[in-house]
Amino acid sequence: MEEKVLQGRPDILVDADRDRAGGGLRTEEMLVNMGPQHPSTHGVLRLMLRIDGELVLECTPHIGYLHRCAEKIGENVTPVQFIPITDRLDYLAAMINNHGYSLAVEKLLGMEVPERGRYIRVIMSELNRIASHLVSFGAYGLDMGAFTPFVYAFREREYILDLFEQVCGARLTYSYLSLGGATQDLPEGFPERLAQFLDYFEPKIAEYNQLLSYNQIFVKRTAGVGVISAADAIAWGLTGPCLRGSGVKWDLRKCVPYDIYDRFDFDIPVGLPGGVDGAPPEVVVGDSWNRYYVRMLEMQQSARILRQCLQQLPSGDYRAKVPRVLKLPAREVYLEVEGARGQLGYLVVGDGKPVPRRVKIRGPSFCNLSIASHICRNVLVADVAAIIGSIDVVMGEVDR
Amino acid sequence: MRKFTADDALRPRFSAADQARAVRGFVTAGLVLLAAAVGLGLVAGATQGVGYAAAVGGLVLAGLTGACCLLAALVIRFAALVGRVLLTLALPIFLAGVVGLVILAWIPALLYERVDGIKAAQAGGVVRVAQFEAALAGGAAAGRGPAYLAALVLWPLQFQLARDVLAVVGVVGFVSLVAMFGIWWERKVAGRIQSRLGPMRVGGWHGWAQSLADGLKLLQKEDIFIAGADRALFRLAPYVAFIPAVCLFIALPFSAAWVARDLEVGLIFIFAMLGVGVLGVLLAGWASNNKWSMLGAMREACQMISYEIPLGFSLLVPIMTVGTLRLTAIGEAQSGGFHTWLAFANPFTFTAAVVFFVATLASCKRAPFDLPEAESELVAGYLTEYSGFRWALFFFAEYAEMFAVAALAAVLFFGAWHSPLPAHWGAAWADGPLWQRAAHGLLYSGPLWFVLKGFFFFFVQLWLRWTLPRIRLDQVMYACVQVLLPLTMLALLGNTFWLWLVRPGSWPAVAVNLALTALGGLAVLGMVAIVLYGYLNRRRLVGPMAVDPLPGG
Amino acid sequence: MTAAEVAELLIARFGSAVEPAPVEIHPGVRVAAPVWPAVARFLRDDPRLNFNLLRCISGLDLHPEPQIELVYDLLAMRAPEAPGALWSSGGELAVRVTVARHGGRVPSVCDVWPAAEWHEREAYDLLGVSFDGHPDLRRILCPDDWVGHPLRKDYEFPKEYQGIPSAAAAAEGAGGCGVSR
Repeated sequence: MEEKVLQGRPDILVDADRDRAGGGLRTEEMLVNMGPQHPSTHGVLRLMLRIDGELVLECTPHIGYLHRCAEKIGENVTPVQFIPITDRLDYLAAMINNHGYSLAVEKLLGMEVPERGRYIRVIMSELNRIASHLVSFGAYGLDMGAFTPFVYAFREREYILDLFEQVCGARLTYSYLSLGGATQDLPEGFPERLAQFLDYFEPKIAEYNQLLSYNQIFVKRTAGVGVISAADAIAWGLTGPCLRGSGVKWDLRKCVPYDIYDRFDFDIPVGLPGGVDGAPPEVVVGDSWNRYYVRMLEMQQSARILRQCLQQLPSGDYRAKVPRVLKLPAREVYLEVEGARGQLGYLVVGDGKPVPRRVKIRGPSFCNLSIASHICRNVLVADVAAIIGSIDVVMGEVDR
Repeated sequence: MRKFTADDALRPRFSAADQARAVRGFVTAGLVLLAAAVGLGLVAGATQGVGYAAAVGGLVLAGLTGACCLLAALVIRFAALVGRVLLTLALPIFLAGVVGLVILAWIPALLYERVDGIKAAQAGGVVRVAQFEAALAGGAAAGRGPAYLAALVLWPLQFQLARDVLAVVGVVGFVSLVAMFGIWWERKVAGRIQSRLGPMRVGGWHGWAQSLADGLKLLQKEDIFIAGADRALFRLAPYVAFIPAVCLFIALPFSAAWVARDLEVGLIFIFAMLGVGVLGVLLAGWASNNKWSMLGAMREACQMISYEIPLGFSLLVPIMTVGTLRLTAIGEAQSGGFHTWLAFANPFTFTAAVVFFVATLASCKRAPFDLPEAESELVAGYLTEYSGFRWALFFFAEYAEMFAVAALAAVLFFGAWHSPLPAHWGAAWADGPLWQRAAHGLLYSGPLWFVLKGFFFFFVQLWLRWTLPRIRLDQVMYACVQVLLPLTMLALLGNTFWLWLVRPGSWPAVAVNLALTALGGLAVLGMVAIVLYGYLNRRRLVGPMAVDPLPGG
Repeated sequence: MTAAEVAELLIARFGSAVEPAPVEIHPGVRVAAPVWPAVARFLRDDPRLNFNLLRCISGLDLHPEPQIELVYDLLAMRAPEAPGALWSSGGELAVRVTVARHGGRVPSVCDVWPAAEWHEREAYDLLGVSFDGHPDLRRILCPDDWVGHPLRKDYEFPKEYQGIPSAAAAAEGAGGCGVSR
């Protein structure tokens, strides 16, 4: 098979012989670009598709459009100064990013966080997980042409963002969870308002399932599309709802519990085979529908954790004493937390100075997206949108 | 060029001096024009015949323009007050506009009647102006005065050409209005379904002038051409899409007597016009020099052409039942009341009605069949490279087609221009004085019912668009060939046998008719109940924290 | 299994090519580059080890030493006995492979863990480590025609890119990422 490179484009391989293989009948293949500005790719992602009519023969993701040198910045600022940078990694779930980095540096320093601070962290992380999954749910519906669930999802998200605004003044990039705990205490009446929101929100998930998840057109678009087996998922480094959608019941919060997650009682939803537990019969474990549905169920579980947090929330200090000049010991730590899109990992290397020697960020979407070229083969163009939407990438943590 | 600073943004666009100058200018112009009008009036008093007509025409023109200038001066001088008045009167202005349009539409019909009456009295040949004047004045033709002017107005209306020109003007006007109203209504309906309000500001009451503002904006946009695009085809494509959509309305009857051209093959003509629209889309996709546009255009062509088959088959059912291709005849066949509507005649016509509606959804590229315009996948499909007025033309064409197929569904299956009440109950009023005819039109049978039914099915199309996701192309084709086509063929076959074997008036026919009528009645009542419920609960806010103030707020 | 136990197993099988690397609080083993693919395959396939998830490949520039250290973070995910039950963790491991800064080449482990594809491309892009046997080794985050490897400690920000002058060139005396110390 002769493979030659298209002029000046080393990333595109063209099989010259295949074009002639049809006995003289040449069917034109088109090279089309989806993105980087595109309503369907979530963020600045460029997908180069080689298509034959409606059939996608090859899909090559090109990333790096949102690369902001976060890791290089990490080598030049102190950990407290780096927290706002972590906000902008997975900007839809910024609290979890803050949480992860704070835990990593605290492990490096051997710092203890007071109880109230730890509960505040879990509350914020789980609330942010719900907000992030709402965006994923709404945007996926939008990709499939259902305009209305998007607006409903954002309506609920507005309530969550109101809560966040009451806590720290920001709606998207919070920098609220920092070294030692939270930067400020919860405002007056926050637990009551959070309980009020949970009372309002929990019945809504059933509504959304009726509107979108079980809708025949939606099921036909997503069931059986982009099936990833459990072995493939683990081999390609998939984590989070993508991994759980393939039937692997693995969640860092339960399997390698960090912080205080071992004190809560919650389930880990996994992908369902067709006909089981309300899943439509066309559905297969590991397809796009399951990756999407796992997120819907996870929202319910996060609400459960939040209620338990509210019951157990103690009073006391919300932040440990952080010295003004903090020298990082000459040690290394790698710590992962369960982000909204998968396992978010931080490698922090200290060498006695106030700034780390190296900060490496393992973005879950970076690993989740790498499987795209493998599964977007011999599918229709419309399916590419379904697959990328179900993987749910946020380019902030892909490119960092 | 001077830099634009923050102060410039806050300052009003025209300084006080400029405004005063404008007021003075308009007042001067207005007074001059009014003086000219007075002069022309004196001239008119002295002449007759053509000179008289010209003078009167000049007088009216000058007078109106002068009045407009004075009004403009008034508006500029008292802008704030005028704005407030307009805002408070927004709803009455809107309603007055609607009523005015209705009256405007009715006037030609009355004029035609008068002209026909005079023609009949003259017994053939072209009627001259003098004869008109004599008929109107009831005596001698003076060559001047109101009777002469009225005769001048009525004289062209005896020729079919003049009537056709008026019809075309009316059709184009109606299509534009339908498109503008449709766009506004779609945004309101979409907003309401998404638990928000939609346009609220432009024009005051619920943003009714939003489409008007959008249209004006689009007219003055920059004319963008894509490098490498085929200029002639790029320019041509919107018109090839728009003109068939307008032509549809020439054969579409608004009532038994309200149709631009009552064609013998009206249904075929409309079907053909729906098909020609594909060409515009294909041209647009090709001429844009954009792979995504071409993909969208190819998908659209594939979809439209495939769905013409079930569409055609389902059209055959009412044709067969009534026995004619004339739309007015099909409409009149349903004049006996709610139960005579063709959809409720037998289960096969009911199926045909449903299939027709679904197939027209696909041919209008509406969700769930809106793959050619799929924003999430192809940006805007074949429309990607179009902006400004050309884009507006495509949209006008789409909304006009949407209303046309909705109206067609009403004409063919759901009682055309008749109300649920049987028309023969009010037959006495059909030829009486004006107010009786208006009442007849409102209660029993008239264009108003046609327009309302058209907009109802239009609303169903909007409802489906904002609720359902999009179907993939291969699933669209599957639905067409493996679901709709067999269904509609069965409906045709079944209808054939039904008409052959079942006598109208026999107990099976009546029983089935009553059952389907009950079903239809339940559906209507259900929808009325939903509307009522929505209206009664319109102020209920969503969510517990909708009025929760922030701490300290 | 703890890192020390894993190190014992590996040394027993691969001899001196593997050493324990008890780095504080990120312990693991150190592996010589030439045998790394064989060790990787063993780590993944041996039923006692079962390190099937490659979490991350981090590159550390050991400037001023002329070496770059690649840290491969692995996690063992164990399937449960009963289907549908919770999976469990079999331990984590940090494998270190050191390579020369100039002209250093490491064999790719894409055959063992396909997840390595993009991670190795990133290490190549940002640190300049070449991977033998990688199916598509080219830049991933920086533009295709970028010069230099940004995460190296001696990296100098270019004065211009495609004719556009950089802020570093414009500012007086400032270089790299200008941040207040």
